[in-house]
Amino acid sequence: MNSDAHPLARIAPEPGVSKPDPILVLDSVLRAFGGLRAVDVNHLEIQRGTITSLIGPNGAGKTTLFNVLTGFDRPEAGKWELNGGPLVGIPSFRVARKGMVRTFQLTKSLARLTVLENVLVAAKDQVGETFFGALFGRWRHIEEANEERAMRELKRFGLEHMVDEYAGSLSGGQRKLLEMARALMVEPEVVMLDEPMAGVNPALTQSLLSHIMALRDDGKTVVFIEHDMDVVQEISDWVVVMSQGAVIAEGPPAHIASNPEVIDAYLGRDHGEVP
Amino acid sequence: MDLVKILIDAGRTAVGVPAAAYALSSIGLNLQFGYTGLLNFGHVASMLVGAYGMAITVDSGGPLWLGVIVGIVAALILGLILGVPTLRLRADYLAIVTIAAGEILRLTVRSSWAAPLTKGIFGIQQFADPFFDVNPIPVGLYGIGRFRFDERTMWVLLLGWGLVALATLFMWKLTRSPWGRAIRAIRDDEDAALSLGKNVFGYKLQSLMVGGAIGALAGMFLAIDQQNVNPDAYIPLLTFYAFTIVILGGPGTLFGPIIGSIIFWFLFEFLDGFMTAAVLEGWFGDVLDSTDIGPIRFALFGIGLMWLMIYRPQGLFGRREEMLIGEQ
Ligand SMILES: Nc1ncnc2c1ncn2[C@@H]1O[C@H](COP(=O)(O)OP(=O)(O)O)[C@@H](O)[C@H]1O
Ligand SMILES: [Mg+2]
Repeated sequence: MNSDAHPLARIAPEPGVSKPDPILVLDSVLRAFGGLRAVDVNHLEIQRGTITSLIGPNGAGKTTLFNVLTGFDRPEAGKWELNGGPLVGIPSFRVARKGMVRTFQLTKSLARLTVLENVLVAAKDQVGETFFGALFGRWRHIEEANEERAMRELKRFGLEHMVDEYAGSLSGGQRKLLEMARALMVEPEVVMLDEPMAGVNPALTQSLLSHIMALRDDGKTVVFIEHDMDVVQEISDWVVVMSQGAVIAEGPPAHIASNPEVIDAYLGRDHGEVP
Repeated sequence: MDLVKILIDAGRTAVGVPAAAYALSSIGLNLQFGYTGLLNFGHVASMLVGAYGMAITVDSGGPLWLGVIVGIVAALILGLILGVPTLRLRADYLAIVTIAAGEILRLTVRSSWAAPLTKGIFGIQQFADPFFDVNPIPVGLYGIGRFRFDERTMWVLLLGWGLVALATLFMWKLTRSPWGRAIRAIRDDEDAALSLGKNVFGYKLQSLMVGGAIGALAGMFLAIDQQNVNPDAYIPLLTFYAFTIVILGGPGTLFGPIIGSIIFWFLFEFLDGFMTAAVLEGWFGDVLDSTDIGPIRFALFGIGLMWLMIYRPQGLFGRREEMLIGEQ
């Protein structure tokens, strides 16, 4: 990409820096487990329409931060906003409806639903999903439109030949793909991916990366947790580095790779990339 | 031993009143447990409030149809009361609370201070006359040989299996809808359902309430047949009959509760007849007498259920692959 034209090109690479058009803004978010400050983030902004990678050694608090932001965990303190609207205390399912959808580090497939059902269930605004709508509503035409869209998502991830299989019979990598297809069916503005490459067949990672880049080109904001620095270098517009709960660095990928604090966080304590 | 007679008696029970009642009750439990994954160990409570709601209404001078509505509403309210505090918590809380609620309700309707309404340990009788008064079936015996029912039983069976058919149609509509897909998603993984924007709590509450209302219909049906409600009938064992039936037929399948109930009551009656005859003929010498039959029958059911859970967790007719993948 042309880095000069990029909205983040002139942003100073320092923790907590302001961005021109942030979609997600965090302030003083603290989540502690006993004495352990798993997440302790002062200020962080995520730029709209970019791919932001969240990296950091194992146990840095990346997943916990995802949990807090998406309403799956309650922090001790802090506030955060999506599109300027506060998200504090909003239950997880409402966060998803507001347009921020996450996937899980340990894939959560709906094992006894078929692949197609896994994606269909994620569709919004289906009157047949309410009790009385199911009994008396006219939901079939909505279902047909959803099915068309679900098939498009499944094709995108190369799962269209397994639509009728139970999700539980897929391989680990295929489940990751299915989880992404399912998340996209919610039509989110922000997609939060927790280690989407883990366990995916190396032959597939390249196409997975291009899918993620395609999401950005569709105007979505992607936040994703990844360990592989090569991958991060390749697709991120911006990288946020966490260590021991705090954001210790952020900046463009090239800058991060040469940042001594980051190298220290990774190599000094963890001896390289730990999966 | 007259094996044919034992088999015919078992067959009569398998299509008779208990089979219809428990098919209906299990349809409600199947919605909760089989489709939504809720561990409701107090299903008997909804049968109780249904039966008592109806009996008390009629006993206080209300018409029978109003009693039926009161019974259903009572079960919906019970589901609300049990569900609201527990369904946000881990799955086991619902199990604990429901099993306790069933016992509390039974002891409450039994107690002397509730007696003005519930008639305490004596229960309420003869509230279903309006139903039997309109029996259109001519007096007589219907069937062949030993396999016969009188006109009263035929009328009750028509009601019972009619309700089972209606409830199955209702479940067919419900479980094949997006609503049904959402509750199955919740059964498979709550967090995944939440992450996709599903109001998990709301769905669970609806499932608990609607399943309870179906359970209440079963309770009312049994009460109508017996023209009697009595607190000592509503013991936790009834819930476990329903669980056995749901598991036997295959949890989360449309016809599982019906097939499960028919098989359950066939085996139940067959074992009873068979062992009674065997004891009479002295097969077991002095080791067993007729008072041992009941407990042994339960032990055999327990062993059968364990066998089923180990080798056929999907029930006798469920799809095996569906259960196996659930374990990964
Ligand atoms: N539910 C929990 N209870 C106690 N400690 C937890 C819990 N969840 C996470 N932690 C701890 O918080 C820290 C951050 O974990 P996590 O967010 O999973 O890290 P990451 O995703 O960056 O590898 C770790 O030390 C982890 O052990
Ligand atoms: Mg993690």
